[in-house]
Amino acid sequence: MAFSHRHIIGTQQLSKADIELILETAESFKEVNQRDIKKVPTLRGKTIINLFYENSTRTRTSFELAGKRMSADTINISASGSSVTKGETLEDTAKNIEAMNADVIVMRHSCSGAPDYLAQRLTKSSVINAGDGFHEHPSQALLDLLTIKEHKGKIEGLTVAIIGDIARSRVARSDLYALKTMGATVRLAGPATMLPPGIEELGAEVYTDINEAIKDADVVIMLRIQLEREGGNTLIPTLREYAQFFALNTENIKLAKPDAIVMHPGPLNRGVEISSYVADGVQNVILDQVENGVAVRMALLYLLAGGSDEE
Amino acid sequence: MGSKEKSILDGSSIERAITRITHEILEKNKGCDNLVLIGIRSGGDHLAALIRQRIKEIEGGEVPHGAVDVTMYRDDVGHGSVRPMGKTDIPFALDNRHVILVDEVIYTGRTIRAAMDALMDIGRPSSIQLAVLVDRGHRELPIRADYVGRNVPSARDEKIQVLFDEAHLPLEVRLIKP
Amino acid sequence: MKTVIKNGHIIDPSQDIDGRFDLVIAEGVIVEIGENLATEGADEVIDADGLLVTPGLIDIHVHLRDPGYEYKEDIITGTRAAAAGGFTSVACMPNTKPVNDNKAIVHYMINKANLEGSANVFPICTITKGQKGTSLVEMGDLKLAGCIGFSDDGLNVECGDVLRRAMEYAGGFSMPIIAHAEDEGIKSGGVMNEGRVATELGLAGNPWVAEASTVARDLMLAELTGARLHVCHISTRRTVELIREAKARGVKATCEVTPHHFTLTEEAVRGYDVNAKMGPPLRTADDVAAMKEGLADGTIDAIATDHAPHHIDDKNVEFNVAANGLVGLETALPLTLNLVREGVLTMKQAISCLTDRPATALNIPRGTLTCGSVADITLIDPDFKWTLDAKTMKTKARNTPFDGWELTGAAMLTMRQGKTTFQREQ
Repeated sequence: MAFSHRHIIGTQQLSKADIELILETAESFKEVNQRDIKKVPTLRGKTIINLFYENSTRTRTSFELAGKRMSADTINISASGSSVTKGETLEDTAKNIEAMNADVIVMRHSCSGAPDYLAQRLTKSSVINAGDGFHEHPSQALLDLLTIKEHKGKIEGLTVAIIGDIARSRVARSDLYALKTMGATVRLAGPATMLPPGIEELGAEVYTDINEAIKDADVVIMLRIQLEREGGNTLIPTLREYAQFFALNTENIKLAKPDAIVMHPGPLNRGVEISSYVADGVQNVILDQVENGVAVRMALLYLLAGGSDEE
Repeated sequence: MGSKEKSILDGSSIERAITRITHEILEKNKGCDNLVLIGIRSGGDHLAALIRQRIKEIEGGEVPHGAVDVTMYRDDVGHGSVRPMGKTDIPFALDNRHVILVDEVIYTGRTIRAAMDALMDIGRPSSIQLAVLVDRGHRELPIRADYVGRNVPSARDEKIQVLFDEAHLPLEVRLIKP
Repeated sequence: MKTVIKNGHIIDPSQDIDGRFDLVIAEGVIVEIGENLATEGADEVIDADGLLVTPGLIDIHVHLRDPGYEYKEDIITGTRAAAAGGFTSVACMPNTKPVNDNKAIVHYMINKANLEGSANVFPICTITKGQKGTSLVEMGDLKLAGCIGFSDDGLNVECGDVLRRAMEYAGGFSMPIIAHAEDEGIKSGGVMNEGRVATELGLAGNPWVAEASTVARDLMLAELTGARLHVCHISTRRTVELIREAKARGVKATCEVTPHHFTLTEEAVRGYDVNAKMGPPLRTADDVAAMKEGLADGTIDAIATDHAPHHIDDKNVEFNVAANGLVGLETALPLTLNLVREGVLTMKQAISCLTDRPATALNIPRGTLTCGSVADITLIDPDFKWTLDAKTMKTKARNTPFDGWELTGAAMLTMRQGKTTFQREQ
């Protein structure tokens, strides 16, 4: 079986075969999560360290559960800010963790490129990017793909609309690369200030009118508006206006295909990017995404830590 | 090639072995009540399906049939390259059932150990019995099969291969010399 | 002390010399250039057969970090790096600690360079006290102390009125204003060129407009005041166009480009290479083409390195917080000679961008081999092949994106006031 990656930094580096393997492996692990006893001995004796430089409850919990359900020792380290404010360099922190013989370091960082930096400097441990700046969040994209595949039976040929702050979304980038690799059409939409220059060169259709993006879509992914960012120097006038023009509601969702599904990486800002009627509607598969998140992360941990270099 | 490969069982011999094993299972368990069949992926589940079919022909009863993938329970995870993960599919409860675990070939016993651990995590069966098509010896764990199609003495460097057709029906068992 | 340099190919754009001549130096001064000059009585004869003999190269944009940041670089190591790159003179930027806004620091820099350095140091002082963008430094007094121009380098003078008054006042003393043109508002925290690569890497973009719009303002202020404006490290096509147009209308403007801005594009940032992070950022292939066009048609006056040494601790961090800049003194010459090999510039044009034209831009009394001038001379082998090993550079710093590059062309011997400051081992 060919899974040649030592680190998972982004979906941009994953081939179609890689993604298929990850999704199939995740499907196998889903069965474990539905048992009464949700634990298998697969990664006994392996050490997984969640190194989070940015607050995250969901992703961290999901990786933690994934590791624990495979019997790995899973430790959380929360740090704040960058190496400059913290006093210890990222390299020193990473080397210290590696010296503890961690098999996998799951890292979240506010600086794009930080997991890449780590991966270049570690000689033994694997690195999984759990979100870096505005760059990538590959495990989120992979769980999105698993959810789409479960509901639609395929990914190839589907039209997926991703709506929100594309410029500052690592989820949008990871989704875009992974969906394109799997043969889907990707539409990105949001206020023009939230559409980064050059994004269309990465293979996306770009819209400032979300109705055009939603029209006949098979999947609508709503991105979270980072409320804490929208103080001071903002990209939008008010949340009220954002909700008026860029939120998914019971009217514009009708433009999508009748069997379209609605996804959101969470946590939801009800009334901002998604109306409660849609968030609680029959088309939403948001909780399936959460469930699939654990399975996908088990798959990633297994694929990185379940083998060894020596034959 | 031909000199290195030897056919041990042909299709009809396998059919007869399966039929005999089925009779033994029914005799020992006094019918098929409370029995479930679990095949070990991949190959074992094809044989389990065949036994299920025989039971139906002989007793007229439907026996639940599932499959277990033991990759998550292997004792050599982390050694060598990472193995593909198959699906465990047991859509019924195992509690207080008699489980007939089915595999193609028993060798070191490690796969059976992994399969039993997997079953114990999923439920609490009354008993687990083991049916194999071929026992080739060389056990490394205190495990033995309850139902054996054929004992085949073999050297450690030989391989035993069970071939199936596209409908998952067994065609042949081969012994391959190195 | 008499030295004769024999058989060299002398290129001195300042007096339009391009041919095989000998050159005689006596007591640190050039006394004669001619054919087949006698070597009798010479203390030293240098055979320059196969080498170019040029005025000592001048880099009008370096950071020597001294005083204040000697852990990154100091005047001794910085000028040693200059000599190794063929430079005999450097103009150093004032963002030291404390900033160079007073004559005590000007004196310190010049004296240290004279006593212990390997190149002439011509200090540039800040435009505003403390580099704070509000009140002007004592420009007349600083000129007397040896300062050659004024720049708040690293920072733009945001307030247009302050810059206008600075130009008017400096103009009265015939001193140039040197502009780091980057609108902080438009830059908006960008850490690399805005565009596809920044979007892919998830890094905040700094668009070309941040530079070009400020250059437009600065050129118009120069036009209004009649002052001399030198624009630092230009990087965008629009900037070249604006300067070309301003020059055509008689605005007293000059500008420089760095070797990295005509050699690398934003693609070099991929992999989050902190050595490809600088201000202004690396731009697109089209911008690189515009730099070459600007050099070829003379719009761009000088090639300057923006030599920005940093300690590894300032660089070996997350890309967003890594320090800006790269060292350039030891790689500028081969990268410039690449332009000659590509047919962008003639050899004479290339040497001119490193000698008389930068000297003219900042009133530096160097950059010529005329008889009677100081014997600052560089001997160049334009075909010398070598591989850059950052560990062996003379600068204290190691921050170069060119580590491991195969380079062609090097200074074989550098001479300041007739004394050898660098000789390449072969």
